[in-house]
Amino acid sequence: MIFALGGNQNCGKTTLFNQLTGSNQRVGNFPGVTVDKKEGEIRGHKDCTVVDLPGIYSLSPYTNEEIVTRDFLINEKPDCIINITDATNIERNLYLSLQLMELGIPMVIALNMMDEVRENGNTIKINELQELLGVPVVPLVASKNEGVDELIEIAVKVAAGRIKPMRQDFCSGAVHRAIHGIAHLIEDHAEKLGISPRFAATKLIEGDEPMQKLLRLTDNELDMVEHNVTEMEEQLDTDREAALADMRYTFIEGVCSKCVIKKGESIAHRRSLKIDSVLTNKYLAIPIFILIMLLMFYLTFGAIGAALSTVFSMLIDGVTNLVDSALTAYGINPVVHSLIIDGIFAGVGSVLSFLPTIVTLFFFLSILEDTGYMARVAFVMDKLLRKIGLSGRSFVPMIIGFGCSVPAIMASRTLSSERDRKMTILLVPFMSCSAKLPIYALFTAAFFANHKPLVMIALYIMGILVGIICGLIFKNTLFRGNPVPFVMELPNYRFPSAKSVGMLMWDKAKDFMVRAFTIIFLATIIIWFLQTFDTRINVVTDSADSLLAAIGKAIAPVFEPLGFNDWRASTALITGFSAKEAVVSTLAVLTGGSDASLNTALHQMFTPLQAFSFLTFTLLYTPCAAAISAVMREMNSRMAAVGVVVFQIAVAWLAAFVVYNIGGLIF
Amino acid sequence: MTLNEQKLGVKCRIKAVNGKGALRRRLLDMGLTPKTEVMIRKVAPMGDPIELHLRGYELTIRLEDAKNIEIAED
Repeated sequence: MIFALGGNQNCGKTTLFNQLTGSNQRVGNFPGVTVDKKEGEIRGHKDCTVVDLPGIYSLSPYTNEEIVTRDFLINEKPDCIINITDATNIERNLYLSLQLMELGIPMVIALNMMDEVRENGNTIKINELQELLGVPVVPLVASKNEGVDELIEIAVKVAAGRIKPMRQDFCSGAVHRAIHGIAHLIEDHAEKLGISPRFAATKLIEGDEPMQKLLRLTDNELDMVEHNVTEMEEQLDTDREAALADMRYTFIEGVCSKCVIKKGESIAHRRSLKIDSVLTNKYLAIPIFILIMLLMFYLTFGAIGAALSTVFSMLIDGVTNLVDSALTAYGINPVVHSLIIDGIFAGVGSVLSFLPTIVTLFFFLSILEDTGYMARVAFVMDKLLRKIGLSGRSFVPMIIGFGCSVPAIMASRTLSSERDRKMTILLVPFMSCSAKLPIYALFTAAFFANHKPLVMIALYIMGILVGIICGLIFKNTLFRGNPVPFVMELPNYRFPSAKSVGMLMWDKAKDFMVRAFTIIFLATIIIWFLQTFDTRINVVTDSADSLLAAIGKAIAPVFEPLGFNDWRASTALITGFSAKEAVVSTLAVLTGGSDASLNTALHQMFTPLQAFSFLTFTLLYTPCAAAISAVMREMNSRMAAVGVVVFQIAVAWLAAFVVYNIGGLIF
Repeated sequence: MTLNEQKLGVKCRIKAVNGKGALRRRLLDMGLTPKTEVMIRKVAPMGDPIELHLRGYELTIRLEDAKNIEIAED
């Protein structure tokens, strides 16, 4: 049996999903969109699968998340909907419930956060609520696993008995007449498709285009629907959408006045207001946000992350050495030896050393998200990102991009709109990641020793500026059309649950490991192959003879207009694709292997202006293989990943060209 | 009068939500229906967006979108 878990955002849906399934989860995408589809087996019920639907507030046809949910419910016809609602915010939560009930699919309402309701001194009369709504209501506390067993038991019973919601009538007067008239009119069409006529009718009254198309009404029938709607609008002196929203909220207000006994004010709410008087304070909000980000960066890329990385690298080195000596002792073919040690171990090892950083970063991110602080960041920072067509929500992934593009791209998952998510992913690589620092350090020390900080800052700012320009271009090309409205709930602050935080960290670590051993593995082997063999597939003794160097030489002229056509520079750029740090090590290897020879060679290869042009190109050109694979995963498209590579190389070339030629006029 | 002109911390009631499409529907869905009591709780540090209090919870919308919401003071 299939169970669909649906509900608003911030009502504990993920927590309940984790409680229902334990660790037994699969993550995928809904067809055609990059909206997460998590599935899992319900604990203790092998034949029961629960699908976690996106967090939504309504079944309107506007956002991808809403459309995905509708399509799933209409096409897949789950055996039961588990509708999770936040009992402390019951009025708004039931708005979605009423729409779900109209679908005529067996349903249970899970009334979450009952502990808070009790603490506030309030009561919700469960029996009356069930009676009035006509569906079973199970009170629970998902974070403490209270009531989850009862929920499973009742949901299975409801699904097995095909017990549909008893009530679908939330209307009176003119709306009632319109819904019933239209439901009757289109009954045949709806039933043929297996859709509840009630649901179809209310959607038609709301002017829902996907529903009109789905039902394939004749012109005559459409006219009659519109006639009914116009009559309703005239009688109510309001329009179709407002009329139905009003109908639902009026019904809910009636239900709440009978079932909810409010004695005290919500403690969590009062606490949130107090916290917000500091965190979203007019003067303090931005400094505090910067502080939190700095602290997170320091801990991730400095203290904790660095320590973990060191330990982890030692482990990898240990294993590498062990395998190395074992292979030597065995006397294996030197090429195979090189493949295993220099190719696989070195390549995957260097990528795996990202892992502690990613896990640490997601530890902090999931805490910021689960506590409710991320929504505040969006509130505080919205104005800055609006000009490029994004909302404040995209701010955090962008900032993480300065550390590492990989977790930044992965973090875009928390953005609630698919459009914003895609656009953020495309812009993140312009935020100069920390792996490029060694390159900047090498070049600034060699060429701009007196202006090191200035050149570094100039590079970072250039990345941001190019990002803004691209954002403006995207807004008017790829992502034309209306952005998703910025109408966002600021949920009460809550203590994050260790289980959710742990699960998220594990998910991200697993996700990254899988990629490290598949696509990144492949990329490192290709680079190794190109570095090890020459054009006749002989093992090279001088790296200048390798296939990679040959490719470097072949493409070097492409960089002529940018001021550097040295094959060693172009070869280093190619290896930068596996990891940005490799640019420095390749340059070192190709110029003789010592710091002094590298410095001399750099001065032979570049003038300061050419060096700056090279840095500009390095700043903007294709992200590393790990980041590209993250793009592919999050955008769910190979084309997108290829597109990012091509697009960024083009942008980098253009920017370096402009820098070199305008610089040439000035200096 | 529209919501963007309202003073901070003063309760008022919604008369109508104008505009069209996704934004309007979203506002209605989030509970900004006629006769609902609403109050502006806060303005973001950079002057926009604003934080509203309605139906027992907090919602943030942009000033530009608040222009679509007609209100009457209680």
